[in-house]
Amino acid sequence: MKQRRIKEIIQKSFIWLCTFITVAALAWIVIYIIANGFEHLNLDFIFSEYKGGKNGILPMILSTVYVAFLSVIIATPIGIGAALYLVEYAKPGKLLYLVRFATETLAGIPSIIYGLFGFIFFVTILKFSFSLLSGALTLSIMVLPTVIRTTEEALKCVPVSYREGSLALGATKFQTIRGVVLPSAIPGILTAVILSIGRIVGETAAVYLTAGMVTRFPDSIMDSGRTLSVHLYVLAKEGISFEEAFATATILIITVALINLATNKAAGRLKRRYEP
Amino acid sequence: MNNTHIKIATKDLNLFYGDNHAVKNINIRIEEKNVTALIGPSGCGKSTFLKTLNRMNDLIPYVRITGDVYFEDLDVYKDYDIVELRKRIGMVFQKPNPFPMSIYDNVAYGPRIHGIKAKETLDEIVKNSLEKAALWEEVKDRLKQNALGLSGGQQQRLCIARVLAVEPEVILMDEPTSALDPLATLKIEDLVHELRNNYTIIIVTHNMQQAARISDQTAFFLHGEIVEYGATEKIFRVPEDKRTEDYITGRFG
Repeated sequence: MKQRRIKEIIQKSFIWLCTFITVAALAWIVIYIIANGFEHLNLDFIFSEYKGGKNGILPMILSTVYVAFLSVIIATPIGIGAALYLVEYAKPGKLLYLVRFATETLAGIPSIIYGLFGFIFFVTILKFSFSLLSGALTLSIMVLPTVIRTTEEALKCVPVSYREGSLALGATKFQTIRGVVLPSAIPGILTAVILSIGRIVGETAAVYLTAGMVTRFPDSIMDSGRTLSVHLYVLAKEGISFEEAFATATILIITVALINLATNKAAGRLKRRYEP
Repeated sequence: MNNTHIKIATKDLNLFYGDNHAVKNINIRIEEKNVTALIGPSGCGKSTFLKTLNRMNDLIPYVRITGDVYFEDLDVYKDYDIVELRKRIGMVFQKPNPFPMSIYDNVAYGPRIHGIKAKETLDEIVKNSLEKAALWEEVKDRLKQNALGLSGGQQQRLCIARVLAVEPEVILMDEPTSALDPLATLKIEDLVHELRNNYTIIIVTHNMQQAARISDQTAFFLHGEIVEYGATEKIFRVPEDKRTEDYITGRFG
């Protein structure tokens, strides 16, 4: 009896330790960055340009928001469409297997490869040059597998009884998807969007090869621009200023946290609409 | 069966799930504006048979159907557009399955997909349908609330209202009270009694008292076949077949 209890305690402590390490590592990183970055943060840093003696990051914040927004706008509809095909229309067989295999492989490809592809295809062949558009197009391909997989899971969770109820009323398959299936899957689809935004905002390699590194204000999506992550990378790598790097990192963390919070809120609200 | 209009008829109807011969040689004629009960033990093919009538089995892979189903003398599998067919033959399921949206939107869903947009018309249809389903008084003040907040019995009546809203001629009910408590069951039975004046109702049930209470005709299914079909009174009082007698007296099933 005693031995079993000791075993139990050891197992429990081990699991507890694992959890502690995970949380502690995350907390440590966040606290370390914010502690180092916070003292260099001021309104001037956040809201001014990066030229003429100023080292503000407003252009980078704008570029990041543009790129994230554009990528999501491009990737979400395509991803939902593909997921709908896979879940609702595709018949089990070779083709379905092939598409699944392709999306899974795409998910595992390092982002620098996407960057290279974007550089050759969007920047050079399609002559979009280094631009926020090239960056967003590249990133949207990069996050597509995530959107597809997450949406697929959400669609599969919609009870068959909803579909039956709708079809039995004489709805077509498309009406059923639009009227019942998609609305019920919205919270899951929003999760896909959150995950995608996280990856987009945090991406460097695929961005600086396609959207460029210029620190000016982007006037349009055809302008090149530097996102926060790329800015951070340059600041740290070129040894320009570690203070600025930490301050930028702090803003980056806050941005990601805010985006996640906002999307979670939206998901929660939608969920309440579809649940009792 | 004199002078009555035959609404649905089948001819040598067979259904296979892969190798499993689930429905065997069904020949049945179902009268208009009558309640026809399908009884029999679990797995006897009565629900599967029911779903051949509005082609819900089309959703299931590996299903093969031979023979014919006639609805108003036209072949269900050849002459009808499936949307039109299911609009005219509605279905209520075993487990209440309201959509995760408001009570109003649930009832308006059918009319909307069939092209009705005018708000006044929809309001009218929703009110009428809920009244016919004996639910209006309970929900008239909370039409905008989520339907999933209703009790099981209310949900099932909402599903019936949802079917009524598309003005079907036939209503198929697949054990509509098996997930409900006795009181809610009674309400559904009363409702079926009301509806039989205007609709042809085919109801699958496990509950023999229920079949005896609410139906005009009863078909007894066993192992995918119809053993006996006739007036409910006759089936329950003087069954012709020994197996029917054994089943309704509770000797098996």
